[in-house]
Amino acid sequence: MFRRAICRTLFVSFLALTGFFYCQTAWAAPPVNFNRDIRPLLSDTCFQCHGPDEQQRKGGLRLDRTEWSQVKGDSGALAVVPQKPEESELLLRLISSDPSEQMPPPNSGKSLTKPQIELIRRWIAEGAGTTGHWAFTPLVRPAVPNHSASVAIHNPIDQFVVDRLLREGLKPARRADLATLVRRVSLDLTGLPPTPEEMDAVLFNASPNAYEKFVDRLLDSPRYGEHMAQAWLDIARYADSNGFQIDSSRQMWPWREWVINAYNRNLPFDQFTIDQLAGDLIPNAKPDQIVATGFNRNHRLNGEGGLIAEEWRVETVIDRVETTGLTWLGLTFNCCRCHDHKYDPVTQKEFYRLFAFFNNVPESGTLQGESRNTDPVLSVPTAEQQTRLDALAGEIQAAEKRAEEAAKELPALVTAWEPDFRKQLTESPEAWRLLEPTGVKSLGGATLTRQPDATWLASGTNPARDTYEVTGPLKPGLLSGLLLDALPDASLPAQSVGRYPNGNYVLSRVEIEIASPKLAAPLKPKFTKAVADYSQNGWDIGNVLGTDRARGWAPDGPTKKEPRKAMFLLEAAVEIPADATLTVRLYHEAIDQHNIGRFRLSTTSLPPASVTLEGAKYPEAIRAIVELEPTKRNAEQKAELEKYFRATVDSPVRRADSQVASLKQELQELPKSFPNVMVMKEGPPRETKVLIRGQYDKPGEVVTAGLPAVLPTLPEGAPLNRLGLAQWMVSKSHPLTARVWVNRAWERFFGTGLVKSSENFGSQADFPSHPELLDWLASEFMQPTVVRFVNLDRARPWDMKAFHKLIVTSATYRQESTADASLFERDPENRLLARGPRFRLPAETLRDQALAVSGLLQEKVGGPSVRPYMPDGVWDETSRYGDLLNYRPDPQTGLYRRTLYTIWKRTAAPPSMLLFDAPSREVCTVRRSRTNTPLQALSLLNEITYVEAARKLAERMLREGGATTADRLKYGFRLTTGRPPSPEELEILSSGLEADHDRYAKNPDQAQKLVSFGESKPPAGIDVVDLAAWTLTANTLLNLDEVTTRE
Amino acid sequence: MNPLLTLQDQLNRRIFLNRSAGGLGLAALASLMGSPVRGESPTKSIPIGQPGLPHFTPKAKRVIYLFQSGAPSQMDLFDPKPKLADRRGEDLPDSIRQGQRLTTMTSGQAKFPVAPSMFKFQQHGNSGMWFSEIMPHMSQLADDWCQIRTLNTEAINHDPAITFAQTGSQLAGRPSIGSWMGYGLGSENQDLPAYVVLTSFGSGRPDDQPLYDRLWSAGFLPSRHQGVKFRNKGDAVLYLSDPPGVDRDARRGTLDRLKALNGLRHQQLHDPEIQTRIAQYEMAFRMQSSVPDLLNLANEPKHVLESYGPDVTRPGSYAANCLLARRLAERDVRFVQLFHMGWDHHGGLPNAIRGQCKDTDQATAALINDLKQRDLFKDTLIVWGGEFGRTVYSQGNLSETDYGRDHHPRCFTILLAGAGIKGGTVWGETDDYCYNIVRDGVHVHDLNATIMHLLGIDHTRLTYRFQGRDFRLTDIHGDVVRGILA
Repeated sequence: MFRRAICRTLFVSFLALTGFFYCQTAWAAPPVNFNRDIRPLLSDTCFQCHGPDEQQRKGGLRLDRTEWSQVKGDSGALAVVPQKPEESELLLRLISSDPSEQMPPPNSGKSLTKPQIELIRRWIAEGAGTTGHWAFTPLVRPAVPNHSASVAIHNPIDQFVVDRLLREGLKPARRADLATLVRRVSLDLTGLPPTPEEMDAVLFNASPNAYEKFVDRLLDSPRYGEHMAQAWLDIARYADSNGFQIDSSRQMWPWREWVINAYNRNLPFDQFTIDQLAGDLIPNAKPDQIVATGFNRNHRLNGEGGLIAEEWRVETVIDRVETTGLTWLGLTFNCCRCHDHKYDPVTQKEFYRLFAFFNNVPESGTLQGESRNTDPVLSVPTAEQQTRLDALAGEIQAAEKRAEEAAKELPALVTAWEPDFRKQLTESPEAWRLLEPTGVKSLGGATLTRQPDATWLASGTNPARDTYEVTGPLKPGLLSGLLLDALPDASLPAQSVGRYPNGNYVLSRVEIEIASPKLAAPLKPKFTKAVADYSQNGWDIGNVLGTDRARGWAPDGPTKKEPRKAMFLLEAAVEIPADATLTVRLYHEAIDQHNIGRFRLSTTSLPPASVTLEGAKYPEAIRAIVELEPTKRNAEQKAELEKYFRATVDSPVRRADSQVASLKQELQELPKSFPNVMVMKEGPPRETKVLIRGQYDKPGEVVTAGLPAVLPTLPEGAPLNRLGLAQWMVSKSHPLTARVWVNRAWERFFGTGLVKSSENFGSQADFPSHPELLDWLASEFMQPTVVRFVNLDRARPWDMKAFHKLIVTSATYRQESTADASLFERDPENRLLARGPRFRLPAETLRDQALAVSGLLQEKVGGPSVRPYMPDGVWDETSRYGDLLNYRPDPQTGLYRRTLYTIWKRTAAPPSMLLFDAPSREVCTVRRSRTNTPLQALSLLNEITYVEAARKLAERMLREGGATTADRLKYGFRLTTGRPPSPEELEILSSGLEADHDRYAKNPDQAQKLVSFGESKPPAGIDVVDLAAWTLTANTLLNLDEVTTRE
Repeated sequence: MNPLLTLQDQLNRRIFLNRSAGGLGLAALASLMGSPVRGESPTKSIPIGQPGLPHFTPKAKRVIYLFQSGAPSQMDLFDPKPKLADRRGEDLPDSIRQGQRLTTMTSGQAKFPVAPSMFKFQQHGNSGMWFSEIMPHMSQLADDWCQIRTLNTEAINHDPAITFAQTGSQLAGRPSIGSWMGYGLGSENQDLPAYVVLTSFGSGRPDDQPLYDRLWSAGFLPSRHQGVKFRNKGDAVLYLSDPPGVDRDARRGTLDRLKALNGLRHQQLHDPEIQTRIAQYEMAFRMQSSVPDLLNLANEPKHVLESYGPDVTRPGSYAANCLLARRLAERDVRFVQLFHMGWDHHGGLPNAIRGQCKDTDQATAALINDLKQRDLFKDTLIVWGGEFGRTVYSQGNLSETDYGRDHHPRCFTILLAGAGIKGGTVWGETDDYCYNIVRDGVHVHDLNATIMHLLGIDHTRLTYRFQGRDFRLTDIHGDVVRGILA
């Protein structure tokens, strides 16, 4: 049983809903509108017991159905008898003074005021007209009102707005001056202020459509996509961390980049929707479309020790249902996980039918590794990688052609090589020649002693990370490889091969150095191939060639107490001059005390391809061919010999071949470094059951995927899966999607939506301030008729850029935001739109604006998240879990990127963003509050970002602003506000500047401190006292109400 | 100059609030995050929360919530089970476990060996309340404390459980209890936040458990109601210090210019939001002295400092935070919440819990004594507790000197003291294994309803409309635990 006190809330919302309509125009008493005036009262006061929730229904009465002749309770009395209030049980109960009859019941905590009851009486008296809930009724494009008032009309938006204003006895405000407008629309469309050049280009353009052209340029700017994407990140609960207790890092920025690009290439909203909800299910989906489905993988993922995976998998799926419902339908489904909706006609069963659409992702529900993406994932190249990928194909082709050319010389090369080779075969030299060292050292201080079999045995101290250094003479000729024999010894732990107590070792790296008086500098050739007769699982010999020092080669000494061999080969043999010495270093850096116990080294001069651990390797077939007279060899034999030569002997051909091989290897390796991103995928279908009270461990009835009965059915031909669901969202007959979207667009440009509760279009929604306008806009969005051209492109259905243009070119949008105090009082939220919209800039735009006007902004689009300034300890003061700890700001450019690229850790989000009302991004948020607090003042006055920006702005004023103080002040004022200062404003600024200058002149140390704040440095030779004083002036400018507000 | 106290301005402020807070009506004007505009006078003004609040005369003016994060073991601290000594090592009977779910940290264990506490318990005070030997200071206040031994929660993992304790929901997005109180009741102090959060790491398990912004978040309430977490490093309040090279005079000069320029703008535009902004900048300026003043311990007498224990001089310690809590209470900050981490003792419990008690026992007792000294105890509610309890069976090996305990949401003990609390009360009873509730269970919603009740709030009537629904801290549940009220 709900027990809530809502009389106050009701009263307030009553005023909010109907105040403008009636309080202002009480003399006119227009007819009662059921949807606007009565349904909200019934919904709020009665639906809990007489609404959609069957379990809670009292007296068999259901008031959310409006065929009044059918609406009666168990008593049989009709709730509403049109035109006869005195016979309507509903009203009689409302006015009854008998506590047993009275509705709402006295103990319910709910009540209606006298004016509200009067409204219900009038509505019944007027005939009890009803319609279904406005947001669920099909969209019908309303006729555009026509009136003869002499006010500016730019497009139909204005007709609707003015029509309403006239009825309220109001007039629209004047058009804002062009400078204000240019700044307003720049900030709204791109999140950045106009540059003085952009401003002048509009102000001094005589063309009547200069403003419109400017709007086109803004819509065309890559900054537009960034700014639009910013808002989408809140909705999509985007972050760079997994959330919950561990809150380690994840990588979803390729999805963010997709969103930016989607806005910039003006992807129509229907496709924008389908790609994000079901891009993976589109036949022949492009990788790009699959990346888009990251939308529904942006949810948090729990990895806490001890959790029960299914519990969290269910939460994940529920998150998707709720996020999708809120984002596209403006409906809140979260109540339905436990019970039928109290207000909206959505049942618990229908909730789980929606759940079924999102239930087939092959996922565990928990974090897969502490700090990486969790399956399913998709790897996609970055732009640079794609460029390299494209180039590689050509390079490989060219290299192959070169190899083909070189191969023409093969017969001659083979002829020249044969005598040597034959000699090699007949002399059959020892493949591996023992290196007799002149020095063997343990750099860690162990004792290495020579054994009779020429091996060296370690004893004494066993340091954590030992390195053995072996030096010995090298014969002139060739060197192509090194052989390591590791042998067990009775003196070693476990009588095995390594020195660790369990008998193991891990060799992490092998280095050689060849020195000779004949050489100017020692040679340090690199091994490119490593082979061992055995490697312990996970500790492959190949690790020795890699760069990760924590990895290496281990022989499983605890169980395999036997001799081990490993050889390390160069790509091609190197020439050894006379009197050369070889130094070999064996490193053990991976794990403490895992040092080799007993070993010896040998070298080889054979071609790398002909050597094995056991010695030289000459295929019998080749030996046979070589023994034949060249003239007696058939074509096949010749080819075989050439092939052998080509593969094993260093020559121009082999070098050309190895180039081909290395390019091909790059082609093969490159995708391994592609960033991956979590995406949606359809796995084997899971059975979906209603979860009793929403609990994962209380399954009920089995359900299949399906849609709420109150909404339209699937479009014809659409599959009953996520793809069909997405197509349904954007089908023309859907009453919600377009209304929700245009309302959200309206909200961004006017501060408040036509439906104020932009997060809720259900029964409890606020009634639209301009219902016809809302419906017209929704129709126009789906099927444009008015805006014909954006940059000469014809507006398409669901065209987001065209729609934004429609709004910002309306006269309504262009009004000035000044008004009489009386209008602020009458319509504080500007719902009637008798003036232009005026509100504080969002958190991200405030910072971006400061970076832009100071010249610090780095305009690169996309890429991984960056780390700008953040106070010490924000991550570490409350957590020692996960990999997002020990925050360090990026050097240079990362400090000055647009704020949407700032790394976002959900449990400790960027603090200045939270101060300015950004959500934590743990769950889908479609509307931010907009507050005005002293902590915001502290941030804008003192935070290093803003102080450094002020100093750079000061430098700009001094450098670019002209010669006089007045000119420089005017320049800075214009950079920040978009307009020139009045004489009075100029006077305030210049006297303040003078006072600061005097103060710093007396105390240049202080000036030096101020101008040194921040990573960027002031220009050499600048007058520090001057710069400090100007910095405080710039600091003032950046804190002006006018600058933190879009006017 | 004090133009902002006029009726007209009050009206403007209402208009502003309606507008900027999404039509909330008189939303928590007095929380610092949007304090009412005042003149320069440093005296207190009337708190402005929601109209009609408090619903009745409150017992408590403020709350100090000493959250012990990680889940302290109830049977090693407060709820003695002497009969278990004979059952040591026996498998937990199925009749007790009753098939209830376990975390996957122990659900795979072959045995669930009963681990009696290795600590000695003793009765204290006139009330005879039991305390374990590792709480030598808190036990001295037995007649002030009320022990609720039957608190219970719904979550079994830390993140959802602590979120549930703080916000009444296991999932993210709801306002925390302190935000609700700030929203409902406003602030009594114009120069400090209504809701302050202080955090400390514990020595029992120095790396556990992480805390999250959401624990003091305003959720869907206007973000001005979010708790202000005082930082242990750098500025206690973010960006409080003027930049290097800017002294107070210079800052005043900047603010004067801002005030003049913004004032001119207001004359042109008439938007009341501009006046609000001017006022917020002035309040920021005042905070730059009120916060350092709060943090300055120079005038604390030596005996007071010593009473909190040696840690009190280490910023960011639990003891230092307790002292700060008293200073915040003196300044009428509505909701002060400490989070002390380190109570998650899956293994090595005896040692770890000693460390935690060493961190907290003396300072907690000192805080209460200090509040008493200053006559603040009578109208301050103190809450001591964590997000759930711990299992009677040992996680991992049980030895003479060592055992661990897994998460146990079914019953655990928390302590209350101060305003409106009947001291010396033990509420509720658990079974011999401290596994199930025998009588008088108290759900987290009941606890929150009770805290609200003591602040003069009917928890069913403090609501906020979000996404079409009137939300409460206690969802649709919660009964005030009247038996513990004085």
